[in-house]
Amino acid sequence: MNLVLDIAVTHVRAHLRQTAFAVAGVATGVGFSIMMAALMVGSQDDFTRRLVNTLPNITVSDERRAPPPQPAALTYDAAEFHGLTPEARRPGIKNPLATMAVLEAWVPGKIAPSVKVQAIIRYANHDVATSVTGIDPHREALVSDLPKQMRGASLTALYRATNAIVVGDRLAEKIGARIGANITLQTSLGARLSAQVVGFFHSGVRQIDESTAYTLTKTGQILAQQTGLINELRLRLADPLAAREIAARIETETGYKSVSWQEANEDLLSTFIIRNIIMYAVVGAILLVASFGTYNIISTITHEKARDIAIMKSLGLPEPTVRAIFVVEALIIGLAGALAGFLLGYILSRALGAVRINNPFVDTDRLPLAYAPLHYAIAGGVALVSSVIAGYQPARKAARQHPVEIIRGAT
Amino acid sequence: MSLAAPAATAQAAAAPLIEARAVTRILPGVVPTTLVRDVDLAIGAREFVAITGPSGSGKSSLLYLLGLLDLPTAGEVLINGRATARMDEEERALTRLTFLGFVFQFHFLLAEFTVRDNVMLPMRALGRLSGAQMRERADMLLSALGLGDHRHKRPDQLSGGQRQRVAVARALANEPPVILADEPTGSLDSKSSGQVFDVLHELVEAHGKTVVAVTHDMGLAERMHRHIELLDGRVVADGAHARV
Repeated sequence: MNLVLDIAVTHVRAHLRQTAFAVAGVATGVGFSIMMAALMVGSQDDFTRRLVNTLPNITVSDERRAPPPQPAALTYDAAEFHGLTPEARRPGIKNPLATMAVLEAWVPGKIAPSVKVQAIIRYANHDVATSVTGIDPHREALVSDLPKQMRGASLTALYRATNAIVVGDRLAEKIGARIGANITLQTSLGARLSAQVVGFFHSGVRQIDESTAYTLTKTGQILAQQTGLINELRLRLADPLAAREIAARIETETGYKSVSWQEANEDLLSTFIIRNIIMYAVVGAILLVASFGTYNIISTITHEKARDIAIMKSLGLPEPTVRAIFVVEALIIGLAGALAGFLLGYILSRALGAVRINNPFVDTDRLPLAYAPLHYAIAGGVALVSSVIAGYQPARKAARQHPVEIIRGAT
Repeated sequence: MSLAAPAATAQAAAAPLIEARAVTRILPGVVPTTLVRDVDLAIGAREFVAITGPSGSGKSSLLYLLGLLDLPTAGEVLINGRATARMDEEERALTRLTFLGFVFQFHFLLAEFTVRDNVMLPMRALGRLSGAQMRERADMLLSALGLGDHRHKRPDQLSGGQRQRVAVARALANEPPVILADEPTGSLDSKSSGQVFDVLHELVEAHGKTVVAVTHDMGLAERMHRHIELLDGRVVADGAHARV
């Protein structure tokens, strides 16, 4: 065995109990870090997955971020406008089929047209503001998980009745509607429509489940009082993480407001960033506390082994070699702690995953956990680095000791 | 005793292996303490030198300066003709490892290691031999010093004299031409002292080593070739004794 490693292992073995405490400290830090990361990232991934699966990755609407310039402004330099009123009716996407064809040529994913209308659902003395989306059930299957989220009927049930409607299960619960119920839809423009509930869906996102309904495109157009209207293109991408860049390109090419799922949920995603900062701060603090244990044991060993250090130096072992001995000892503690911490972290994560939860705001009875090798690598890496840093200071001090002073004082 | 062939047997006695030129060592502090003052001396090959003097006269301090364990405040120590003042710590360490062997008053063996491992320590630090060669040499040294049967024991399983002989074996591990011993018999009974002295004596007589030993024991000092006496850090006497 290498001399440095041999001496380091011998020292660690000679201080088994103290070393075990230091290893336990590091293991606790690593274990809890892994558990926390599994919990935080698991819940984040779960939420993100729901968002990505439930909503289109990109929504192209007939709105524009900046109003189009007035013809007069293009003709005259000094045109002034007063009293401009917004259009009462949504203009819709011009030539939607042609626009879709252009996008389909380069966008890596699927596209479905839809009509979105804001309406009030009236049923049994309940008035609930709802976002009604007119869809083509066959194309919808290409851009969202709505067919998989259906309860009690399939999405093609929309073809079964005139003005059929599928509502979120929480919305149905709120208004007390069951399958077959005839509800009334009314828009702010005065359109009024009687529709039959043919199914429910459950996306797992509370906001969607209690305020969204789907009809056929034709029914949506009737509700919007605009025949042939398509005011949204919904896209699902092969790589949802590329949504932001692709949305920007679509907006540049078409001029229509194109919103990626990340932009639509920016506030939530920024909350995740803050959450992650908090998580890493807590994990860092845990591992920092653990590294104090490593510092303590290495300091103790160097103090107890001062005479041996002096002897080794007097025999001719160079300072870096002596320093390396104690750094390796710290590394051994860090490594043992990390390995024990991996096991502890896995057990803690499993235990946490087995806990039943009953929360109306969470759509599962188990905590979502992420078992990612990266968490183990990060926690283990930080443990090793912090152990080495913790061990380096006493190791450096020990290696710099003047052997004569110790030899003179030795008895 | 069958130790390795001496490295400096043919070297002329006149060419000093260790030389001190006006060496002074002052310990800094509120009241600076002078440990060694203006010492000039030259120690050649195959010399058996005793450094004596009362407590606090600077014997051990001089030995540490000659062994590059300490740096002089003024003056210079030359090892094998080479000035050491400008050597960095790594060079001094390598010089100690290859040219000088140390034996201290207290054996200073590593308690957790076996006797053989302790002897192998300087060889492993130097890294010039294979593991098998190191074991073979350690066993040979231990056998030569009458400790062949104890090589797997730990230092605390040996008597004081045996431990000191292990320390001598360790000092010889890398075949250094010079052995520096600081009160090598100071903590031993008279019988063990005699055994250790005999070992050191044989190193000089049979194996051509140079041994410089600090001692309080005037009886032993008189049996050495040369006797340097210190008082208040100065050399007050430096002369030859009759050959043992």
